[in-house]
Amino acid sequence: MRPDHPAPRLDIDQILADPGVRIVVCCGAGGVGKTTTAAALALRAAERHGRRTVVLTIDPARRLAQSLGLTELDNTPRQVKGIDVEASGGQLHAMMLDMKRTFDDVVLAHTDPAKAAEIFANPFYQAMSSTFAGTQEYMAMEKLGQLHARGDWDLIVVDTPPSRSALDFLDAPARLSRFLDGRMLRLLLAPARSGGRSMFSLVTASFGMFSRVVQKVLGAQLLTDLSGFVAALDSMFGGFRQRAEQTYRVLQARETAFLLVAVPEPDAVREAAYFAGRLGEERMPLAGLVLNRVHLPAVETPTAADSLAAADRLEELGGHEATVETLRAHAALTQQAGRERRVARVFTDAFPTVPTVAVTAQPADVHDVDGLRTIGAAISQP
Amino acid sequence: MRAGEESVDRADAERASARWPARLHVITGKGGTGKTTVAAALALALASGGRRTLLVEVESRQGIAQLFGTDPLPYEERPIATARGGGEVRALAVDSEEALLEYLDMFYKLGAAGRALRKLGAIDFATTIAPGLRDVLLTGKVKEATTRTADKRRVYDAVVLDAPPTGRIGRFLNVTAETARLAKVGPIKTQSEGVAALLRSPMTAVHVVTLLEEMPVQETIDAIADLTTLRIPVGRLILNATRPALLAGKVTQAELRRGLAAAGLPTDRATVAGLHAEARDQLIRRNLEESLRAELVELGLPLVELPLLTEGVDRVGLDMIADTLLGPAS
Repeated sequence: MRPDHPAPRLDIDQILADPGVRIVVCCGAGGVGKTTTAAALALRAAERHGRRTVVLTIDPARRLAQSLGLTELDNTPRQVKGIDVEASGGQLHAMMLDMKRTFDDVVLAHTDPAKAAEIFANPFYQAMSSTFAGTQEYMAMEKLGQLHARGDWDLIVVDTPPSRSALDFLDAPARLSRFLDGRMLRLLLAPARSGGRSMFSLVTASFGMFSRVVQKVLGAQLLTDLSGFVAALDSMFGGFRQRAEQTYRVLQARETAFLLVAVPEPDAVREAAYFAGRLGEERMPLAGLVLNRVHLPAVETPTAADSLAAADRLEELGGHEATVETLRAHAALTQQAGRERRVARVFTDAFPTVPTVAVTAQPADVHDVDGLRTIGAAISQP
Repeated sequence: MRAGEESVDRADAERASARWPARLHVITGKGGTGKTTVAAALALALASGGRRTLLVEVESRQGIAQLFGTDPLPYEERPIATARGGGEVRALAVDSEEALLEYLDMFYKLGAAGRALRKLGAIDFATTIAPGLRDVLLTGKVKEATTRTADKRRVYDAVVLDAPPTGRIGRFLNVTAETARLAKVGPIKTQSEGVAALLRSPMTAVHVVTLLEEMPVQETIDAIADLTTLRIPVGRLILNATRPALLAGKVTQAELRRGLAAAGLPTDRATVAGLHAEARDQLIRRNLEESLRAELVELGLPLVELPLLTEGVDRVGLDMIADTLLGPAS
């Protein structure tokens, strides 16, 4: 084994072919190619391994979405046509997450239509369902739970939201649950639960002060809306919690494989290392690291130094401009590859047992099924 | 200070205000494009010539502390770097809870009662249930720092905000719309209107950082359309991490073999084919970059190109970027 690659190699095909693996979650910082990786893996699972696969994408690039036949957020898995599944008998379905609609569905599932209508009309619900920090992560998990419960698929591949941090995906449901369980909410709810007419009929010293401050700062209208929203939420309380906990347990089970996605840049690698640590703490199964956009020279010799020296000699000689340029480009590529290896080592040093695969940078971005197939093959390279 | 140095400093300060006329610079861009690095370099650039700037982050990422290799920043403006000519960059990590307490204290003299509210979880609650409220608090703090005066002089010559990424920037800056849905009257509404006025005034410029890659360029175009609709002035496009084009055009294997032979390098089939393939890939890449650059130019905004820092971002690299941002001395 070369010292540059101390980590065991990640065997993606083994994961995709394993009937015991039913969920693959792709996690990582923003801008590392999570969505493309998720789509490429799902396509490969269907074409190569004959699995009935669904890929749940979140905010995909427009052209990538089009390549999967996705034109709108409709929250329904659609079968991807024009792929090569004749031999394998697999299927590929794809969907884009509609955060607001998923939230609406949760509400509808846990309350009666009249109450649901009341909740939908509340401005707080509108704010929370579209902009709450963490709603997207929570709804991604909710949707995953729904797809899993339906049992229509052999394999669910999940892309995670483009959060400021990969950890948000794990933290958001707990945050929502903490929020729903919070003291503040209980205080606001106390009168509603005891059947009092006004939510502020229960006057504790601190609460009286709170309501005065809130009235002063936010105004009375806002308070009425808030109390309506909180009272309505109360009826769905248990349901929210239970579902989040269920999905959490599924993520800890052996049927799930987490794949970290990163690029060989310091921030992305540091983020991947944080996330690997967290998965360990949460006892969630980390299958490996996919290192995207790695640069590799096609030939190891001449070395960067030899190339640069030769380029200088040729330049003096004259008449070999194209070779001079090619040698300098080769030297730059070789140096970049060296830098990237040093950056990636931060991860492999900290997690030497995590299997890793490096995927070579593609000269152009991917926007069709052929491109996804190429990526899938590159991730699975022997 | 010698007279010569003084005039250099003055020239620096003049370049800064001529090229970057706004007082509040909002830096956005797709995740991974180097927003924080560009924001820090701009804060350094605008502090040169003995000026003082404030570098602000709002997403609790501690990106500034990581960049400068310091301990996590508290909710407090503290010096983080010195710039050429005795300039000073201060840094601040705005936390929405602290900002709310400060705000309540300023307007309602809450004191200990404010701390009690925090214990109760009221602040976490308020900023969770109404995310627009959090953005008003964050941008409100930025506005306060931008307009703060002491002895009838502005405390900061410029404020640079390391803002949320392109996907969220419109919503983040469009504070009035977000809060108007919730607060119809009251001080929060007044506060958000003040912020909205500042953001739409010539005192503010939003700069978008991008790389020459498809997704960041697409998001840049989308974000600029959003901001234009919101009537928030867009300043410059900042093209980060560019590399010099090393190849002028196609190369044939025969040419390469002759060149390698002339240089005394091996000319075996594998070497020639490998180098040829590398050159071909780089040309594809370069053509893609050229078409992306053309898309950006079409936006008609001033474009600044920053070089890739091959050895990672350290202080030397930041200063180099700061110099590029400041532009050539006239």
